[in-house]
Amino acid sequence: MEDIKLMKGNEAIAEGVIRAGCDGYFGYPITPQSEVLEYLMMARTEERTGMVVLQAESEIASIHMVYGGAACGKRVMTSSSSPGISLMQEGISFMAGTELPCLLLNVVRGGPGLGTIQPSQSDYFQAVKGGGHGDYKLIVLAPASVQEMYDFAKLGFDLAFKYRIQVMVLSDGAIGQMMEKVVLDEQIPRQTNEEIIKNYPWVTSGKTPDRERNIITSLDLDPVKQEKINIHLQEKFKKITENEVRFETLMCDDAEYLFVAYGSSARVCQKAIQLGRDKGLKVGLLRPITLFPFPYDEVARLAKQVKGILCVEMSAGQMIEDVRLGVNGVVKVGHFGRLGGIIPAPDEVLNVMEEIFIRENNYGRRTN
Amino acid sequence: MEEELTRESICQHENLVYSRTSLMTPKALSYCPGCGHGTAHRLIMEVIEEMNLQSQTIGVAPVGCSVLAYDFLDIDMQQAAHGRAPAVATGIKRLLPDKFVFTYQGDGDLAAIGTGETIHACNRGENICIFFVNNGIYGMTGGQMAPTTLPNMKTATSPYGRDVVTMGYPLKITEMVAMLPGTCFVTRQSVHTPANVRKTKKAIQKAVQCQLDKKGLSFVEIVSNCNSGWKMTPLESNKWMEENMFPVFPLGDIKVPKS
Ligand SMILES: Cc1ncc(C[n+]2csc(CCOP(=O)(O)OP(=O)(O)O)c2C)c(N)n1
Repeated sequence: MEDIKLMKGNEAIAEGVIRAGCDGYFGYPITPQSEVLEYLMMARTEERTGMVVLQAESEIASIHMVYGGAACGKRVMTSSSSPGISLMQEGISFMAGTELPCLLLNVVRGGPGLGTIQPSQSDYFQAVKGGGHGDYKLIVLAPASVQEMYDFAKLGFDLAFKYRIQVMVLSDGAIGQMMEKVVLDEQIPRQTNEEIIKNYPWVTSGKTPDRERNIITSLDLDPVKQEKINIHLQEKFKKITENEVRFETLMCDDAEYLFVAYGSSARVCQKAIQLGRDKGLKVGLLRPITLFPFPYDEVARLAKQVKGILCVEMSAGQMIEDVRLGVNGVVKVGHFGRLGGIIPAPDEVLNVMEEIFIRENNYGRRTN
Repeated sequence: MEEELTRESICQHENLVYSRTSLMTPKALSYCPGCGHGTAHRLIMEVIEEMNLQSQTIGVAPVGCSVLAYDFLDIDMQQAAHGRAPAVATGIKRLLPDKFVFTYQGDGDLAAIGTGETIHACNRGENICIFFVNNGIYGMTGGQMAPTTLPNMKTATSPYGRDVVTMGYPLKITEMVAMLPGTCFVTRQSVHTPANVRKTKKAIQKAVQCQLDKKGLSFVEIVSNCNSGWKMTPLESNKWMEENMFPVFPLGDIKVPKS
């Protein structure tokens, strides 16, 4: 029988990591994602699967605990919201440099600064374009439903270990807090220490006579070697770009006007499409699921088909830069965003699409 | 006639009284001649070897002069970001509680940028060992003021001496962590004389045993010289350390494990 539960997004991902065989969670409370730690503590994970859950003294400590666990080949994670993720950037960069797999969850709230606890998408640049120092990328998954919050726990860990990379689930306060039904999977057993040593020969597990010592470090003072390390990382990111692009399209077959949106904004656009189609407007949606790697090719393909593209983001316009790269000037691209924690309404979004691209004389007025 | 002593006749296995610890790699140490880091490394490795723990050990190297400790120690190691070694060690130990886990940190790493991680790992009573080399200065970056720099001591960033009114006082973090119930063994030692080396080795043995007995966090401070940073010869620096560092950082056990 199917195991279906009504859950909050934050609870769903917490349940998802337990069932995905997660070994350890280290985190620090912050709204709107504290339910992740609360749920894990309540779930008695030590008894259920042996998963370790620890409330750290800060996000800085959290990410470095994740580093320590990941370097032992464990499936480890942390979660936070925007200000906490900013604090973690040094640690994330160290994990990029040492190629340590981990799962990171950012339930984004409005910024800058302490900002607001309301949902926002203003951390796109931080997640997708870098965040910490150095030339590196994270795989960034953008859930648009509570089910995806749950699903991306396992997907995130699988990708993290497949590529030895850090995977960030870039959610927002709305997806984290809202309740939907979730279809749950069977429990995946945690890996044993023997399995880990066999599967990941690079881990620190105590040097045995049959091998050289294992060292986890991002330091190499020799620029020639450091360049080689960087080239290796870039090759990995290229491979990911070639193989891991994920997106979803809605009503795109005959679309003349295209929304591009992820996460909560995509949910708003889904509703806007219904409203538009009711009016006879041929509107569709491209929803990137991976923000890195970004679905440039799909954007390019659709750009040739449609008369206008509207990026809808809860930010002043961040993903739009990637959309423009994909569009490459083929068609006009507009942006609509609400800032500071406000979720746009579907009719508002549709109205902007009409105003920019569809109503006569207004063509292109609000493009930027 | 007595047999003539030659180099070859002396260098026989039966005459050997001192040799490289097998857990030190053949790589030449990168530390300045006269510095205490090398001795501290060797003592830790001797203890791990004697207690037969190599295959159980995961060490954490800090940012500081000993950032490359993993080049010299033949054990699995992780390099941590500046100050974060106790958090990294926490992650390791929580997930692999049967391993022997230690951090090796300088005073800037442990008592400035990493104060939070140090205090909280101690307060949680993480079952790890922290080996803390206090040389009163930032050695690696060229001799800047450390949290443990003495009052009036000249460094690159306190060129007229540490003015305690504007720059604060030497931080006695070892006394601080001794107050926390999570620590089981807290001691301050040095490695500048053979007698002190022997005492430090005993302290390291005790710290390791505490971890094997799951007693909580043991914290071994080693007050050391930094002859380059202090701009002295090794001999001068050891004398200066005795006369100036030890009154502020007195040697001896601060907290002993309950039996
Ligand atoms: C985040 C960060 N800040 C600053 C530095 C530069 N840095 C490297 S080592 C060091 C001081 C280390 O001093 P200490 O911990 O006393 O160790 P020692 O070198 O004396 O052994 C500093 C400030 C760094 N690597 N990372």
